[in-house]
Amino acid sequence: MSERHDSLSERAHALMMAALDGELTAQERDELDRMLAADAGLRNEFEKLRTVKEVTKTMTFREPPEEVWETYWVSVYNRAERSLGWLFLSLGLIVVFGWAGWQFVDAILTDTELPLLIKIAIFLGVLGGGILFFSVIREKWFTHKRDAYKEVVR
Amino acid sequence: MELVVNQQKTAINERDLILRAQAGERAAFGELVQRYMRRAYFAALGFVGSPEDAMDLSQDAFARAYRARQKINPDMQFYTWFYQILRRLCFNFIRDRKLHRAKLREQKSWIVDEATFRSSQRNPQRNVEREETRRRVRRAIETLPDREREVLVLKEFEGLKYREIAEIVGIPIGTVMSRLYSARRNLAAAIEEMES
Repeated sequence: MSERHDSLSERAHALMMAALDGELTAQERDELDRMLAADAGLRNEFEKLRTVKEVTKTMTFREPPEEVWETYWVSVYNRAERSLGWLFLSLGLIVVFGWAGWQFVDAILTDTELPLLIKIAIFLGVLGGGILFFSVIREKWFTHKRDAYKEVVR
Repeated sequence: MELVVNQQKTAINERDLILRAQAGERAAFGELVQRYMRRAYFAALGFVGSPEDAMDLSQDAFARAYRARQKINPDMQFYTWFYQILRRLCFNFIRDRKLHRAKLREQKSWIVDEATFRSSQRNPQRNVEREETRRRVRRAIETLPDREREVLVLKEFEGLKYREIAEIVGIPIGTVMSRLYSARRNLAAAIEEMES
């Protein structure tokens, strides 16, 4: 009984939507009319939904200034181009810094005259600097991604 | 008949543009952007509610589409493919923004009520009476669940048919109608709350 009632309700909802949006066939129109005639609650709901439709159909989007569209494609292309540039730059820097880091560590490890304590201190200093560097870069990156006013010259 | 012929011409032309863009012709992709930039912007606006973010997201989506242009199926509608990128970006953006507790309702309204504006020119008294209802509905639209608002915007603001909404969002027509019903029921509740 409940399942049947649910499916009837779903059918009524779908028909009401189609009626409001002008997507109802003649046969469906008859079906909806019969449902509305038999159920005062449904009629009441349909009237409320009709009011909503009347209000929303008069609404539209707020248009941005026309100049925005003139530079739109250029902005899109610049974005695509710059992201490629950033990708290559990042890859290049990762390789260079990776190689330099390896050379540095290798030089310290192979230096027999340098005391172990100093080796450890240098290692910790470099590690700390690296963590701080990546932390700042990451923060800058996230801030940039979320800054709604990044196009504004300060 | 003329409409069908025009649609076929547009489809052929679009296929040609996609193929040219894939062959490396930048201007061809630029033409696709020009064709759909307004629609993309307004779709994003419907999702995020802020003109600045909508502009940013729609441009970002086109930039991503440009980089992935080799994956476009020339026999499919460009916008249907592109909309998936835009939609994903917008949902990610909304998720991130929710994490930062910036609420949609804090933004300036992005909906303009043309009818109110026109009637205010002719009949200021009647406009005052109706303005509260419309303001309520605008607010209610902006605070609808994302997926309900998406379908409502595609229906009411873009004027798409159920079949087109189902295709572009990738859901069955029955789901389009149930989301639309749910959205409108929420809007009706907003009006009712005001009246009571």
